[in-house]
Amino acid sequence: MARYIIQRILMLIPLMLGITLITFTVIHLAPGEPVEMQVAMNPKVGKEARERLRKFYGLDKPLHEQYVTWVGKLARLDLGRSFSSDNRPVVDKIKERLPVTISLNIIALLLEFGLAIPIGIMAATHRDTWLDKGITVFVFVGFAVPTFWLALLLMYFFGVKLNLLPISGLHSLGSANFGTVQYLWDLAKHLIMPVMVASFGSLAGLSRYMRSTMLNVIGQDYITTARAKGLSERTVIYKHALRNALLPLITLLGFSIPGLIGGSVIFETIFAIPGMGQLFYQGAMSRDYPVVMGILVIGAFLTLIGNLVADVSYALADPRIRQGGG
Amino acid sequence: MAFRHSYFYAVFWQRFKRNRLAMAGATVVALLFLLSLSASFLAPYDPNSINAWSVLSPPSRQHWFGTDELGRDVLSRIMYGARISLKVGFVAVGIAVSIGTVVGLVSGYYSGLADAALMRFVDIMLCFPAFFLILAVITIREPSIWNIMIVIGLTGWMGVARLVRAETLSIREMDYILAARCIGCSDARIIFRHILPNAISPVLVSASLGVAGAILTESALSFLGIGVLPPTPSWGNILTSGKDFIEFAWWLSLFPGLSILITVLAYNLLGEGIRDALDPRVKR
Repeated sequence: MARYIIQRILMLIPLMLGITLITFTVIHLAPGEPVEMQVAMNPKVGKEARERLRKFYGLDKPLHEQYVTWVGKLARLDLGRSFSSDNRPVVDKIKERLPVTISLNIIALLLEFGLAIPIGIMAATHRDTWLDKGITVFVFVGFAVPTFWLALLLMYFFGVKLNLLPISGLHSLGSANFGTVQYLWDLAKHLIMPVMVASFGSLAGLSRYMRSTMLNVIGQDYITTARAKGLSERTVIYKHALRNALLPLITLLGFSIPGLIGGSVIFETIFAIPGMGQLFYQGAMSRDYPVVMGILVIGAFLTLIGNLVADVSYALADPRIRQGGG
Repeated sequence: MAFRHSYFYAVFWQRFKRNRLAMAGATVVALLFLLSLSASFLAPYDPNSINAWSVLSPPSRQHWFGTDELGRDVLSRIMYGARISLKVGFVAVGIAVSIGTVVGLVSGYYSGLADAALMRFVDIMLCFPAFFLILAVITIREPSIWNIMIVIGLTGWMGVARLVRAETLSIREMDYILAARCIGCSDARIIFRHILPNAISPVLVSASLGVAGAILTESALSFLGIGVLPPTPSWGNILTSGKDFIEFAWWLSLFPGLSILITVLAYNLLGEGIRDALDPRVKR
């Protein structure tokens, strides 16, 4: 097992290098230079100053040298400074934003799995009944709903029409003076709609997947044996079948990370939540290259690590792999 | 050979026809095509004609879907928006499918170093949150409908590549490929004449689902203001005004969203229908 994990970790290195290479290439597809953006607004910047800026950012060197310098800094977690007016280190900016996005996505994931697993089981155990067909319709519609539109509809109903939930940000004005309970209640109210939107996107796919793995497991011989022994249907489904049907979901969890991070742009922008997605959107809009590169790389690294964790936990959970792969 | 092909399609069609949901999807897709081709005859108004006297008027007999903040007819704008969606969907998927198919064929046929390198490249591309990559490239090169189509295509080929590679790996070992090699066919001829036609049918499924995905992505980008730019109407950018005027004009949000929903649903049903019709294990 230890060897398997070490192998997998070594495999990460070329992939990480590839990620940095693609990120670097993508950013340097840009017509013109980053410095242009920074000085274009300011007519007072002369030619000399421009040269000094270029030198400062290392843009006077050939591309491959720039790449090596950048990767070297990256290895020391130095992502450079933001081009925006605050000129802060990108790492600090990301550090502030990352916990917001991650905790929101974890809540959304818990909700998703909490709903999708029972929905999938119900559909599988009631195969071809009206219940199953109803769930299938829901799943197909769920696949097709644009998340930003869902966000708009929720904002209209709960925010504008019913005036029940706040439609932007994480805290109300003056929340700093609230007591603990009031503060948390306020936060929870702000989170309801973003979490609904974030989890709805993959709920449909996940329950569909759960249904098919469950059907797959139910068709196997050991389930027939369990039924033949006279076990109740409840025991058969929840004790014998469920455990095996849940296994593939672990891998799916790893796969869903890029989608979750990418999706955060949409709901964070709509609900004005100060997370990574919003930072990325603002960074891209203002051509703040260090921020864009930093988030691209970190987003992809998170996915890599997520996949690794998923694979390793899969191997730990499934004795067939644990012994076979040894 | 011709006989074999027509037999394949006849069986396919027979199986597909019996799937009511898939037929519904195919019908909606066909209707959307007609609608977008004839938008200039069917649309009740010019989608860009501004009318200061009927700003943000709710749905009525004159304007079935109401008007927007400049008094433009929402129904006409949605009809013209259908053109954009279909164009983006097809061109983006065309790009993704072409790249994916070539990568998959090369990777599966040659195996070895080329295969390893290409598949690692696929792994790396899959690590990036696609929406981030798309957003980054589009804002760097300036938003335009062409850039959107190209970028969605360039970030969406990996699934197809894996699929085609898997098919190629199994087809490569078949006797008729050995036969082709024996009579001296070139690699290119084997790949494109003998393997490709047999590996392509599962690609149809991902293409159909891919069109749905590309339409969703385009609308999200346009909604964020970095996709199709106004005044050109697109479902996503109508929804941007929907957001701005959500307190007074629900119709600006409801109808374009429903159009996206129905279109994406139709392509998904079509794709699933093709999958079921191709899969010999599914009995109907």
